[in-house]
Amino acid sequence: MSDITRAEVCVAACADLFAGAGETLASPMGLIPSLGAKLARLTTEPDLLLSDGEAYLLTPESTVEGWLPYRKVFDVVAHGRRHVVMGANQVDRFGNQNISAIGDHAKPTRQLLGFRGAPGNTINHRTSYWVPRHSPRVLVDAVDVISGVGYDHAVGPFHDVHRVVTNLAVLDFDTPDHSMRVVSVHPGVSIDEVQKQTSFPLVVQDVTETRLPTDEELELIRTRLDPNGKRDKEVPS
Amino acid sequence: MRDKRMTADEVVGEIKDGMTVGIGGWGSRRKPMALVKAILRSDVKDLTVVTYGGPDVGLLCAAGKVRKLVYGFISLDSIPYDPWFKRARETGAIEVLELDEGMFQTGLRAAAHRLPFLPIRAGLGSDVLKYAPELKTVRSPYDDGEELVAMPALKLDVALVHLNRADRHGNAQYLGPDPYFDDLFCLAADRRYVSCEQIVETFDGPPQTLLLNRMMVDGVVEAPGGAGFTSCVPDYDRDEALQREYAEAAADLEKWPGFHERFLG
Repeated sequence: MSDITRAEVCVAACADLFAGAGETLASPMGLIPSLGAKLARLTTEPDLLLSDGEAYLLTPESTVEGWLPYRKVFDVVAHGRRHVVMGANQVDRFGNQNISAIGDHAKPTRQLLGFRGAPGNTINHRTSYWVPRHSPRVLVDAVDVISGVGYDHAVGPFHDVHRVVTNLAVLDFDTPDHSMRVVSVHPGVSIDEVQKQTSFPLVVQDVTETRLPTDEELELIRTRLDPNGKRDKEVPS
Repeated sequence: MRDKRMTADEVVGEIKDGMTVGIGGWGSRRKPMALVKAILRSDVKDLTVVTYGGPDVGLLCAAGKVRKLVYGFISLDSIPYDPWFKRARETGAIEVLELDEGMFQTGLRAAAHRLPFLPIRAGLGSDVLKYAPELKTVRSPYDDGEELVAMPALKLDVALVHLNRADRHGNAQYLGPDPYFDDLFCLAADRRYVSCEQIVETFDGPPQTLLLNRMMVDGVVEAPGGAGFTSCVPDYDRDEALQREYAEAAADLEKWPGFHERFLG
């Protein structure tokens, strides 16, 4: 299949976040991570559990297979069988994330959602981030408010910030000091471009190109998961 | 058995200046808006509001009712940010205790169990503790020795919740997919008030939907449409058009008085 879009590359990169997850609750926030989780469920990770964003666990055929109201989601968070993909108004060099406020928390220049579940998620189970517009305003040297906990503030036995998928690249923290590293750049993106759009120096070594979705994956994305092409609004090509 | 029926204004008559009021629901879902409206009509002030916040927060902030807000997030769901809440924060108009949403539940549970605190991992390493220095940690007395957050009880003077059905005695039922934390709000409070879409003699549906029993409730208000423009499924979905109108007026101080007057009716 041809004319593979950037959005489709991002969906496949989000699907790859769940590699090896098994019977784990995938909690993707935002369209592209949701498509990624569903794609993983339909291909390499058939054991993944997916919620409808309300209170039900659904099969790919939209059959209810479980009940998971918020109170039970909190139980799963503490129990740890969950991989959340959160958004981020800011994410920094060591994987701290901010969805609370820009500026001084006492009187912010811009109030955001609040801490939400970010502190609990990041201290309890695997967490990844999705950034639809990779820019120096989002990839900052240090976040204004630590909502999700990064490696330089990590405590306890279960902290595990896995990856950051953006519209330009896939990044992780697999370095000696857990500072952010470029894993792969999306086809058509240069390493220089990724660095230019990031406020801090990235670790760059053995960078590959993000894989293209397979024909099977493209078919699923285009005909089954997102036939109306909403993905292209979140990540224009 | 006691008949606990009362009006929304009678409920608000029980709320005194400076009290801590817990509001049930979640975001823009099953909020007790008829009871919130009654607060807006009243003279009560300086409230500490404890909520998984939706438009209840913006409306109360707009009316100057809030001294302090305890929350994990404020969102209208289909509209991410509430303009009135943003304004209240960005002008420093309210004091806040901003928590992780699991810490919030744990605080309610500690209050419900009459405990001074309960341990939780959430909060460690994050800035929750930095901006709330009153929150302490505790070390496990067992061999692991792990340090945990000692989440203090979030004790409420009053809980306000909205369910689908109730009887006159205070037993109450949710019919949607999620009970949210309305039972916990009631257990954490001294005075507990439930509004409902309809008061019934007997309940239809599985007994697991009977979220509140009459030990947990002091007053019942019949308020059809009482969740306002927030969702109260299966009785009704969120009124997205009215919510957009709310958010647009909230973002524009010239439009606000007109909306507020219409909204209070």
